[in-house]
Amino acid sequence: MKTCLVVDDSKVIRMVARKILEELSFTVVEAEDGRMALDACKVSMPDGVLLDWNMPVMDGIEFLIALRALPGGDQVSVVFCTTENDLEHIQKALAAGANEYIMKPFDSEIIQTKFTQIGLI
Amino acid sequence: MNTADFEFLSAILKQRSGLVLTEEKAYLLESRLMPVARKFGFAGLPELVAMVREDRPEDLLCDITEAMTTNESLFFRDMKPFEQLRTLVIPQLVEKRAATRKLRIWSAAASSGQEPYSIGILLKELGDLLDGWDVQILATDISVDMLNRARAGLYTQFEVQRGLPIATLVKYFKQVGEKWRLDAAIRSMVKFKEFNLLDDTATLGQFDIVFCRNVLIYFDQQTKSEVLGRISNIMSDDGVLYLGGAETVLGITDKFVPITGHRGMYAIAGGEPALKSA
Repeated sequence: MKTCLVVDDSKVIRMVARKILEELSFTVVEAEDGRMALDACKVSMPDGVLLDWNMPVMDGIEFLIALRALPGGDQVSVVFCTTENDLEHIQKALAAGANEYIMKPFDSEIIQTKFTQIGLI
Repeated sequence: MNTADFEFLSAILKQRSGLVLTEEKAYLLESRLMPVARKFGFAGLPELVAMVREDRPEDLLCDITEAMTTNESLFFRDMKPFEQLRTLVIPQLVEKRAATRKLRIWSAAASSGQEPYSIGILLKELGDLLDGWDVQILATDISVDMLNRARAGLYTQFEVQRGLPIATLVKYFKQVGEKWRLDAAIRSMVKFKEFNLLDDTATLGQFDIVFCRNVLIYFDQQTKSEVLGRISNIMSDDGVLYLGGAETVLGITDKFVPITGHRGMYAIAGGEPALKSA
């Protein structure tokens, strides 16, 4: 069973994402900011990360850059899931090493499609 | 909606579009025709039906047919057919058509354009493989509204997220306010045309690849057979037909045979498909 780390400062979003991902047979780990997510990755590297952009302490892009610098961090599939829906943010995310990008609002079909496209499913 | 009105509208839809509406789909009539009723200033569906019974106004009948035959579409729907097109069908057809350097593809129920544009993007991504080739993508639909939407190539955030890899979105779309517009270079690869699948296909010319996905499911057996027969008449002997995952030719027509190992893909019976059975 693959593991997905859900990183979002909204408890509701984490709950919705958890439900969708568990239905897709993922083991879900949660973190409410980039720093907590990075700590979790240092303990155990997940297969995938569903990542918000705007969060306190450490935002999504900072987390992604730090993750890619960790040993094994380049193997993790990272999917942004954010309200930042402009081209500039998307290009910045891709340049930082994001594998896919979801513009909120999202639903289970979008998550499933994106995860399939990048080989997580 | 009462049974008499349902049966009346069902018969009209069957005759105009081939759409078979079973009683459990009666809710669709109500949900989809209310906007039509409002557009024409009717208080509700009974008034709309009364007008159709009395006068059969063509503009109202067109709108009713369009509202009921409009179906969802998404980019690179089901992914695998497009992967097979890219890796197997197009390379083999390129070999077989080396002399004529001509390829014709028909998206037979194009709706808002995601399918033919997915094909266009796919062909563009093949790079110089088709340089100097005459490649035509014809996209048809019964709905004029849908064709106009398709021609505009303008999609909501929700639509572009359903199927399009983010790198493809960035590469081929520009953000226009809340929406995303497909590059003119891809839009110009597709020719859109109003066409009813119940009509004679002879005027469309011959095709190497036909996409007719997720539309036969709305027809009865007889209509499915007739539509498939007309498609077979305008396909090259080595052509490939794509149907939806829930559709088949088996028990419906002997004009096509499934291509073993490639779900959803069919060859002309007795022909030599560009894609051999796996």
